[in-house]
Amino acid sequence: MTVHPVPTGFPAGAPVLDVRHLTVRYDDVQALDDVSVTLAPGRICGLIGVNGSGKSTLFKALMGLLAPQSGSVELFGRTTASARKQGLVAYMPQAEEVDWTFPVSVSDVVAMGLYGRLGPARRLRAADRAAVDQALERVGLTDLRRRQIGQLSGGQRKRVFIARSIAQDAKLLLLDEPFAGVDRSSERTMTALLQDLRDEGRSVLVSTHDLAGVPELCDEAILLHQRVLAQGDPAAVLTHGNLARAFGPVYRAAPLPPAAAPSVVPAAASSPTASSPAPAPASSPAQSAAPAPAPIGKP
Amino acid sequence: MDVFAFILEPLQYGFLTRALAVTVAAAVVAAVLSCWLILMGWSLMGDAVSHAVLPGVALAYILGIPFSIGAFVFGAGAVALIGIVRSTTKLKADTVIGVVFTALFASGLAIVSATPSQIDLMHILFGNVLGVSTGDVWQVMILGVVTLAILLFKRRDLTLLAFDRTHAHVIGLNTRFLSALLLGLLALTVVVGLQAVGIILVVAMLITPGATAFLLSRSFDRMLVIAVVLTVAASIAGIYASYYLDISTGAAVVLCQALVFTVVYLFGRPDGVLWQAQRRRVVRTHSVEGRGAASSMAPVPASSARASDGAPGGDA
Repeated sequence: MTVHPVPTGFPAGAPVLDVRHLTVRYDDVQALDDVSVTLAPGRICGLIGVNGSGKSTLFKALMGLLAPQSGSVELFGRTTASARKQGLVAYMPQAEEVDWTFPVSVSDVVAMGLYGRLGPARRLRAADRAAVDQALERVGLTDLRRRQIGQLSGGQRKRVFIARSIAQDAKLLLLDEPFAGVDRSSERTMTALLQDLRDEGRSVLVSTHDLAGVPELCDEAILLHQRVLAQGDPAAVLTHGNLARAFGPVYRAAPLPPAAAPSVVPAAASSPTASSPAPAPASSPAQSAAPAPAPIGKP
Repeated sequence: MDVFAFILEPLQYGFLTRALAVTVAAAVVAAVLSCWLILMGWSLMGDAVSHAVLPGVALAYILGIPFSIGAFVFGAGAVALIGIVRSTTKLKADTVIGVVFTALFASGLAIVSATPSQIDLMHILFGNVLGVSTGDVWQVMILGVVTLAILLFKRRDLTLLAFDRTHAHVIGLNTRFLSALLLGLLALTVVVGLQAVGIILVVAMLITPGATAFLLSRSFDRMLVIAVVLTVAASIAGIYASYYLDISTGAAVVLCQALVFTVVYLFGRPDGVLWQAQRRRVVRTHSVEGRGAASSMAPVPASSARASDGAPGGDA
């Protein structure tokens, strides 16, 4: 696979994403209010907020799935439609949005990353099959390539979709709650993988309401609650004051200061989540470390 | 021998060979389409389109144009109407579908009852496959081949649409066009199938083969092949059953498909209910923990995957 240290083919210096004064309303519900966000190439950014804070709405706006009331969204200095046509954007759905009984194999799903640049019948040529093989190899799923996707564990399922974006050679990865229903060791594997992709010049936007993995994974963070409450270095964003504003009355002062959050990681490693892919509050890694933010993990 | 006589006897009648040709052709097209239809969750849409063509067929008879033109116009029109009402109200899809197709079906009944001498309602509703002409056979064959060719040519895009519509959109595919294409092909398939089994029972041809094949398949291409093979067998068995038992042809074909579904539901591997019951028994007697019995979907490999990744299976 060709690796581009810096994404090519668009204006130098243009940010990967440039959202300006974005406002989205659903009927009488304000989903996003004057949101402005930018992301530079080769960065991993955590998009943090409670359910209903507008994370999904922002993702939809980035993918061109809704029309904002006001404001603008640019990806790589062009419209979202143009960026999609170029195959620059990849999306990893939440686990519960995927039909895991669907009769497709792991390599079928990874090959779907290539469809945008194949002919009208989407027939794979030798080079395309090689791209699928390499993507599978990179995420460590080569041996499971013939499995029906429902026959994988939670962490493996996530890696299938990362492999799909690798095969696609996307420059911006949008990951929706990638660590829900994933145990700590899989989370570490994915973190290393995403950081490798970042080092190739790709950018990653990770939406999450689980704070535990953020300092470890992300270069920067955005705290969202309809408006952007804070944006920048994770340690500067995840302060008690900011978190209390983002998570509301549910958030109580955590036993550990957020700056020390990386050190809490091993404490939670012992409790793999229950069979549901949605994070049960009782078993969320965040909970045992910092009881405060965890209760917001309502489905 | 007796067996040859059994097989050959019905075939000496031209009307029966024509019936066989039309039924098998329609069943194959419907079986292929049904694989996407059930994965999209559009079974009810198949129901709606097939009922909604009634006024089109009735008007075509009155105007003396080919029934397939009238049927297609109203089938596609029903899809468009459902889409418009859906996108301009807060109503859920199944509600809109229910309102639109019953209204169209009723207007079809009204048209038929206003012109009683010209149209045999029973033939439209339940098919008249024993009365098809050679011209009808050609019509069904041409429409069937066209529909099948488009479906198979675009099969990867349609599968992606059914599996992950958002990804299809994000990589720049036109999801609205693909949805419209699938719905247009649904209308064409209804047109092809209503000659064989009528507009009521064509619904079965649009749903049952895909449902049966889904129970037996872990890959989509395999699902297509299984659906086609089973539906061809059921159609031929149905025609023969209808000849020897002297029962309605459409009913016999649909009953044979339902029979195949039932057999697969009970005995199919690995998810047939009898195998599930056996696995539960084995787990109860042999397993110390007995925990594995809870996951009805999880086949044996899933547990090894679980072990290798150290993660829970997540039986979503």
